[in-house]
Amino acid sequence: MRRRALHALPAIALVAVLLGVWESYVDLGSVDRLILPAPHEVGTALWQNAGFLASNLKPTAEEVVLGILLALGSGFALAVAIHLSPVLRRAVYPLAVGSQAVPIAVIAVLLIFWWGFGILPKLVVITLICFFPVLVTTVDGLASVDPELLKLLRTFDASRWQAFRFAELPAALPAAISGARIALTVAVIGAYIAESQTATTGAYAGLGHEIDADLTALQTSRAYAAAVVLFVFAITCFYTLALAERRLAPWAHRSRGDTR
Amino acid sequence: MAHRMRWPCADPSNLWGNAREGSNVQTGITPGPAAQSQDRATRDRAREDPPARDRDAEDTPAVLVSGVSRSYPGRDRVQVQALADISLHAAANELLAVVGPSGCGKTTLLELICGLQSCEAGSIECAPAALMPQRDMLLPWLSALDNAALALRVARVPRAEARTRAGELFAELGLAGFEQARPYELSGGMRQRVAFVRTLLSGKPLLCLDEPFGALDAITRAEMHTWLTDALRREPRTVLLVTHDVEEAVVLADRVAVLSARPGRVVAELEVGLERPRSRTDPDVVALRERALIALGAGSTR
Repeated sequence: MRRRALHALPAIALVAVLLGVWESYVDLGSVDRLILPAPHEVGTALWQNAGFLASNLKPTAEEVVLGILLALGSGFALAVAIHLSPVLRRAVYPLAVGSQAVPIAVIAVLLIFWWGFGILPKLVVITLICFFPVLVTTVDGLASVDPELLKLLRTFDASRWQAFRFAELPAALPAAISGARIALTVAVIGAYIAESQTATTGAYAGLGHEIDADLTALQTSRAYAAAVVLFVFAITCFYTLALAERRLAPWAHRSRGDTR
Repeated sequence: MAHRMRWPCADPSNLWGNAREGSNVQTGITPGPAAQSQDRATRDRAREDPPARDRDAEDTPAVLVSGVSRSYPGRDRVQVQALADISLHAAANELLAVVGPSGCGKTTLLELICGLQSCEAGSIECAPAALMPQRDMLLPWLSALDNAALALRVARVPRAEARTRAGELFAELGLAGFEQARPYELSGGMRQRVAFVRTLLSGKPLLCLDEPFGALDAITRAEMHTWLTDALRREPRTVLLVTHDVEEAVVLADRVAVLSARPGRVVAELEVGLERPRSRTDPDVVALRERALIALGAGSTR
């Protein structure tokens, strides 16, 4: 426990320095507090609105977690399909790349038209944004299998499916999870975009929605407090996934010498 | 007589390509024109009926390579001739070492025999072959035992039975206690042992070892020579050992075929015929090594 605390020390120190710079920048009157509140004001807003922020975090967290799972599933499935079929690769890959350039606002109305004001259109937006890193890393992971290994399997009379099942699929697993880690950081932004682009009904519409509303109402410090919540949420998710990767693919850390 | 399906490309992405044209790689021994490849069922049948090795061990070779040539496209669209009119043979349960300078087409030869490539001219008749590459290619997510059992799993042997059979070989070949180790926990020599057991468990009567000890240090390599000699005494197989280490060839093999520099052809064949286990310092071994080196030198400066 003590060692772990020591491990986090550099990050804590860096945050402290950044907060100090920020605080003095605002206190010296360099900027209007409606544009940039000081850290202590954000802290106060965080404290006073804890319940409100927590209630808004719940739908956002649901969107992010479900969205990342959908992105992991769809990105992985598409990667496998692309890997196994060169024709599909030529057909789908350019579209997948292009899909990342489509501004969500363009299709937001269509998504609402199709799926209403619930969670579904938001999940579609997050999945659309997040499947791509999973797709790219998984395609690379599948292709990274040593040709010698495939030759070896061929001399064991392995079928194409068996080569996939015994060699390529397990090799791609850590790559897919790495992709999901990248996707996760984007997913939080994705949730914000989804919430601000697709309207929601209900008392707690999510942090993204809330940030938009607060900024319009010049409640800047509460908007910043919400951003801090998203910030911490993203970090938590990232390390949870890293932990999952260690459990699911412990060998990957050995060969990469990767630490957190 | 069962014929082998043909896999005509060296390109691994095409290893499972749909090419099913005529093959000039043939399993079993029916001399004659190039065989037509059969469907998968035939190949599976070949797997179920391993050739009776001992019965016809005396008179029929397990490997018969006749006048095989192979080239591949090099830089600037120049065809590089890897093998030119090469012929060699190995009897059942014989260990034939193939030595030659780097780039003389040794690996190409093994891939032809394993059916991973097809020859342009000539024919190959051989028993079904399994490959053991220079790098161990153990799967990092499997234990040593599960790695060794890979070929059995591919042959749809149930997991428990595959592990039992691999475990028996582990015990017999001095690998007991390493069953649950992960590949990254094993030394280079141990990994090659597991890789060899994996090839052995493929059930193929012919094992093609492609510089299996090339990446090991000298002491480990000498240990591996002793180990392999013992392993083959317990589990006799026909072995084609490709190496650039002349000493290794003489210490291990029944016969040594010396290849010339590219394009590879056989320039000398040495009968070893010494008692096993052999010592590197045995005067007979040293003398044979010198003969092989002279043949190798003559072949490469041609």
